[in-house]
Amino acid sequence: MATEISIPDSDAKYSDVEEYGSEKMDLSMGPSHPSTHGVLRLQLQIDGEIVTKCDPVVGYLHRGDEKIAENMTYNQFVPYTDRLDYLAPLANNMAYAIAVEKLANLEVPPRCQAIRVITAEMARISSHMMGLGAFGLDVGAWTVLVLSLNQREFLYKLFEELTGARFTTSYTRIGGVTRDIPDGWLGNVEKFCDQFVPALEEILSLLTRNKIFHDRTVGVGIISKEDALAYGLTGPNLRGSGVPLDLRKDKPYSGYEQYEFDVPVGTKGDSYDRYLVRGEEMRQSVRIIRQVIKTMPAGDWFAKDAVKIFAPRKEKVLTSMEELINNFMITTEGPQMPPGEVYFEAENPKGILGFYVVSKGGGVPWRLKIRSPSFCNLSIVPKICTGILISDVVAILGSFDFVMGECDR
Amino acid sequence: MTAPAAAKTALKEKFPQVIDRPSADHDAVNVPMGDVVAALKYLRDEHAFDLLMDLTAIDWAEGASPRFTVVYHLFSSVNLGYIRVATDCASNDEPTAPSVVDLWPAANWHERECYDLLGVKFIAHPDLRRILMWDGYPYHPLRKDFPLAGIEVPLPDDEISAATGVAAIAVPMMGGPFVASPGEMNLTEAEPRAKDESWSDRAARPDQTALKQLKS
Repeated sequence: MATEISIPDSDAKYSDVEEYGSEKMDLSMGPSHPSTHGVLRLQLQIDGEIVTKCDPVVGYLHRGDEKIAENMTYNQFVPYTDRLDYLAPLANNMAYAIAVEKLANLEVPPRCQAIRVITAEMARISSHMMGLGAFGLDVGAWTVLVLSLNQREFLYKLFEELTGARFTTSYTRIGGVTRDIPDGWLGNVEKFCDQFVPALEEILSLLTRNKIFHDRTVGVGIISKEDALAYGLTGPNLRGSGVPLDLRKDKPYSGYEQYEFDVPVGTKGDSYDRYLVRGEEMRQSVRIIRQVIKTMPAGDWFAKDAVKIFAPRKEKVLTSMEELINNFMITTEGPQMPPGEVYFEAENPKGILGFYVVSKGGGVPWRLKIRSPSFCNLSIVPKICTGILISDVVAILGSFDFVMGECDR
Repeated sequence: MTAPAAAKTALKEKFPQVIDRPSADHDAVNVPMGDVVAALKYLRDEHAFDLLMDLTAIDWAEGASPRFTVVYHLFSSVNLGYIRVATDCASNDEPTAPSVVDLWPAANWHERECYDLLGVKFIAHPDLRRILMWDGYPYHPLRKDFPLAGIEVPLPDDEISAATGVAAIAVPMMGGPFVASPGEMNLTEAEPRAKDESWSDRAARPDQTALKQLKS
């Protein structure tokens, strides 16, 4: 005897449950779940294996960075920017420093700009390496993570040599960087690039034509161009949908206009395209790093005219009364800024990181708003994670490459 | 003339109440609250400002009037320029602004955040819940009258513990030696270093009043 089987409709209400003979279940995925990369919680409503509703709950890592910023001087906030996107602290440091420098109407010398570009691109590689490794892990490819963490370790050695810290670097200062690059460091970066290029190809070859990876990602989580723009997606997630917006190219800052690189875009906007875009971006980053090394300008690595902003060198503080007073004022009252407001955005590994600084003058910002790419990127999740399988949610989250430290601030 | 500057001129012609906002970086305008949705729609449709990059509000402190200003940053992926649109909230106690979720779905989370942290209510927002703080949190922490050290509130899971009979435990570090003291006091007193930490498991904690007398 044949029984009629009805397929439950994704908009079915609880009252329809008896009629369909199915039962909807609420499932809390996270905040501690290996695929939610930190402390994201997805409040899912599922019907069997199909997600009928998805509500991301963010804020588990909210530390009130904007409130803290209003209560400390501009320089004191630099370490807090490390903890936004903690996978690419050098890029955050640079974005914050440029925002405040714009407020102060300060130009940093070319050498400082070049150092910042090289560190930001290294941070991009390090962040994408982690993103790829975690993405691979989410869809069942373990080897990628092992190989990419290995490359990150090489980068951390270089970061440590340059900044003294592996993870939370706090390298950039307003009006310069903490110290000049050490002797032989550029050579080490060059060596890293030489071994990284073949290693990257090996890592990517594990995924690009991998049948399982294809099955998990191709056609999964398609975001149209229009949706990507409307939801304010940025970075590889926007470019994966075919919008060639890259602020390094379109609104160059810190001397990016001198370097030659391509902006990769996807065609379909699915999880696989986002993966491909990240892979290609790393090749382009290596290209930029090599050009910077070749053209590294000599000269100062901090702005000479930033007397009331950039703390003087230690040996000068110890020998000159003027500099001692300056150092004291910068430390206690903060770098003196003119009143006004400024909005600056930088192309970070995760997307566009923006700082909106409102100043009433003095050494403390009146309001500092952080526009974090992960927060904006995640806002599209309720739309694309409805009507799909739970296992696809994992693949989509992996392809988004967000970091909660930045999302929750 | 750059594209944003042209857009600004056109906007001022179309909406006569729109005035220039002093700005050192991008083109900026002040728009009256009543016109803001129409002005943003005009910028989006006629001048290709297709990305709502940022939406936030500024609290100009208690007693200031207008106290709250909502600020929008638009970016055009076609003309590659920014424009800043600012609008003052009419009420200082119950600030409201119209929602722009219909124009940009991106505004959804931005407006929820703005409501959560600054208490600006967005009219006709489809789902105006808190986003970073937990549901039922009574304050708006980014307001200037909210102290940095925070105000102690009951743990959010009190109801759950009442229903389940399982006690809610405070986070391990709460009240510990490296944590700022909550409550209304000046920052110097709230700082961790203001606490007397000379006591340990082996030496009993000295009496605070006795210590004060000793100092004076």
